[in-house]
Amino acid sequence: MKFTWFNLMPWPYLPDDFREKNRSVWVDIDQKLFDPVKAHEVYNTYMDLLEYADTLGFDGIGVNEHHQNGYGIMPSPNIIAAGLARRTKNAALVVLGNSIALYNPPVRVAEEFAMLDCISGGRLVAGFPVGTSMDTNYCYGQIPALTREKYAEAHELIIRAWTEREPFAFNGHYNKLRHVNIWPRPIQQPHPPVHIPGGGSIETYDFCIDNTYSYSYLSFTGYIRAKALLQGYWDQVAKRNAPDTSPYRAGFAQTICVAETDEEAERLYSEHVNYFYNRCLHVYPGFADAPGYRTIKTIQTGALSQYAPPRGGFGQLTWKDLTEGGHVIAGSPETVRQRMEDMIKGLHVGNIFCLMHVGNMPAEKCMYSSKLFAEKVMPKLKTLMPEWEHDERFWCHPVDRQARPGSLPAPYAPARATETA
Amino acid sequence: MSIMQQKTVQTPHGTIPYLEGGSGEPLVFLHGAGGMTAQDPILEALSATHHVYAPFLPGYGETDDNPELRDMLDYTLHTWDVVRALGLRDPVLVGHSMGGMIAAEMAAVCPNDVSRLVLIAPAGLWKDDHPIPDMFTLLPFELPQYLFHDPETGAKLMTAGARIDDPEFLKAYLVRNARQLGMAGKLLFPVPDRGLASRLYRILAKTVIVWGQSDRLIPPVYAKGFEAGISGSQVVEVPEAGHMVILEKPDAVAKAVASVT
Repeated sequence: MKFTWFNLMPWPYLPDDFREKNRSVWVDIDQKLFDPVKAHEVYNTYMDLLEYADTLGFDGIGVNEHHQNGYGIMPSPNIIAAGLARRTKNAALVVLGNSIALYNPPVRVAEEFAMLDCISGGRLVAGFPVGTSMDTNYCYGQIPALTREKYAEAHELIIRAWTEREPFAFNGHYNKLRHVNIWPRPIQQPHPPVHIPGGGSIETYDFCIDNTYSYSYLSFTGYIRAKALLQGYWDQVAKRNAPDTSPYRAGFAQTICVAETDEEAERLYSEHVNYFYNRCLHVYPGFADAPGYRTIKTIQTGALSQYAPPRGGFGQLTWKDLTEGGHVIAGSPETVRQRMEDMIKGLHVGNIFCLMHVGNMPAEKCMYSSKLFAEKVMPKLKTLMPEWEHDERFWCHPVDRQARPGSLPAPYAPARATETA
Repeated sequence: MSIMQQKTVQTPHGTIPYLEGGSGEPLVFLHGAGGMTAQDPILEALSATHHVYAPFLPGYGETDDNPELRDMLDYTLHTWDVVRALGLRDPVLVGHSMGGMIAAEMAAVCPNDVSRLVLIAPAGLWKDDHPIPDMFTLLPFELPQYLFHDPETGAKLMTAGARIDDPEFLKAYLVRNARQLGMAGKLLFPVPDRGLASRLYRILAKTVIVWGQSDRLIPPVYAKGFEAGISGSQVVEVPEAGHMVILEKPDAVAKAVASVT
């Protein structure tokens, strides 16, 4: 099992009446709610927490990309990952990921990921999301019906840039490049492992299966509601005769809160969980799916309604609703272990993205929960999939000797010319 | 029963369905982003005096998928292909909203092939002082206030026959919406400007620009942009009509069309 400590980086100062006074946390969120000086603290605390997760023994630390979003103040995950690459030692840097249809030209992603892989000594796990409609279409202006074609072209270009050893010309619909020849290129060969975050588009299943990429379902609705979607994925794995059903072919994001007891978990975390589900997920429905963003095939499956927010939105859900409904796995180490085991076995997933920082959770509570998880839960779950223990295809392969920051020698000292004055 | 008959014509981009009816001078009508039905009153009004050909744009009606049509030039030339396949030369060219944008491009690209042009609340220009609402984010219940002079009556026109509690109806609605507005997005998303302003001067046709005075989607101030760009063009403003002036005042639109012929 691979456990990645993930931080969405929510803005923790959304007001109590955010939901009533604002139509959306995303795309057209009120500029006045952002305070750059407070952000100085917030970013540094969040980066400290990611580094702390490395010291706790998580397999990976994870970041992602959102734009104009009050629950994800990370438009450039590569900037955060670059900082983490320097100050962490062991954890994989899981960048989930770069929305590759947004970069002109997308060789920029090939280059930056190559830099991250070199700086971190081969610890990069690369994510290539199509990107949500909010980010890709409404914030970054990509034409919805052309987004997937542009994405596919960007993917082809990046993989070729990573793997070919001669300069080549690329004549795409969206990218015309006469001399593709990225310098640097990644340490990991033939290229870093790739995870594809998806949200129910069936084309993405096939794309992952055909390329041996891991399919990551990053929802906030928890493992119980995820069953239908991931079952769809595993059915497709079987249908396309994939060579195996390794659980590392799939990943899942889950909000997790651990305390000494179930009661303590509710007392400590319920306000932060409420902040996340009530304020952070308040997205104007008109931004949800720009017409043309979903393929007709996906709409025709009729599946999308299963993944939609509950009727009436998340805001009405109580702690009891959220924990019993599986949106949040919370409680004592034993409660969390049991539910995590249900989730891992039920969904057959090997890559777990642990959303341990929730909403406006302060650092000390987040550290408490993360430490309990790392010490009392994670060790008991590590060996749940023993038959796949040696499947290395979906994880990074660091170099043996990691360079250390701050390891400069003493500066060059010229021999003193003692005879001068 | 509509007087319009659905037929098909072959083009390099597949089989194109179109509606045909009326008699008189040939006229090509290009519909807007909301689509077209054989019952649309504008078609009946135009067919009283013209032989009307109203092709479905790609993504609308029973057209094939055309992923190779990506940008403004693709759509402009495709629509010329349709006109040629219909065997028409210099028809009266009429377009509403997105269809008006395509018609204007057609006339700008081939100025010698269009002598009469009617643009009904056409898209295609952008004024920073008068930003057009982002129609792609609008929820169904929000649309009437932008589209109609009288939103209440407009809402009834829009929801006639809708069975929102029927999952199959909803799925069909979502598929149709994705196909239609997915295509429209290629020309209109996120800002409905593909450079037409710099090409308007090429238009040689006698041009009439028709606008509903209560248009809250593309406000009437945009008529001035077209009028200034197209030499000799005339603006006809229609009172008590919104962006769907073709639904609210079809006879007034037909009268304006008659003035170019």
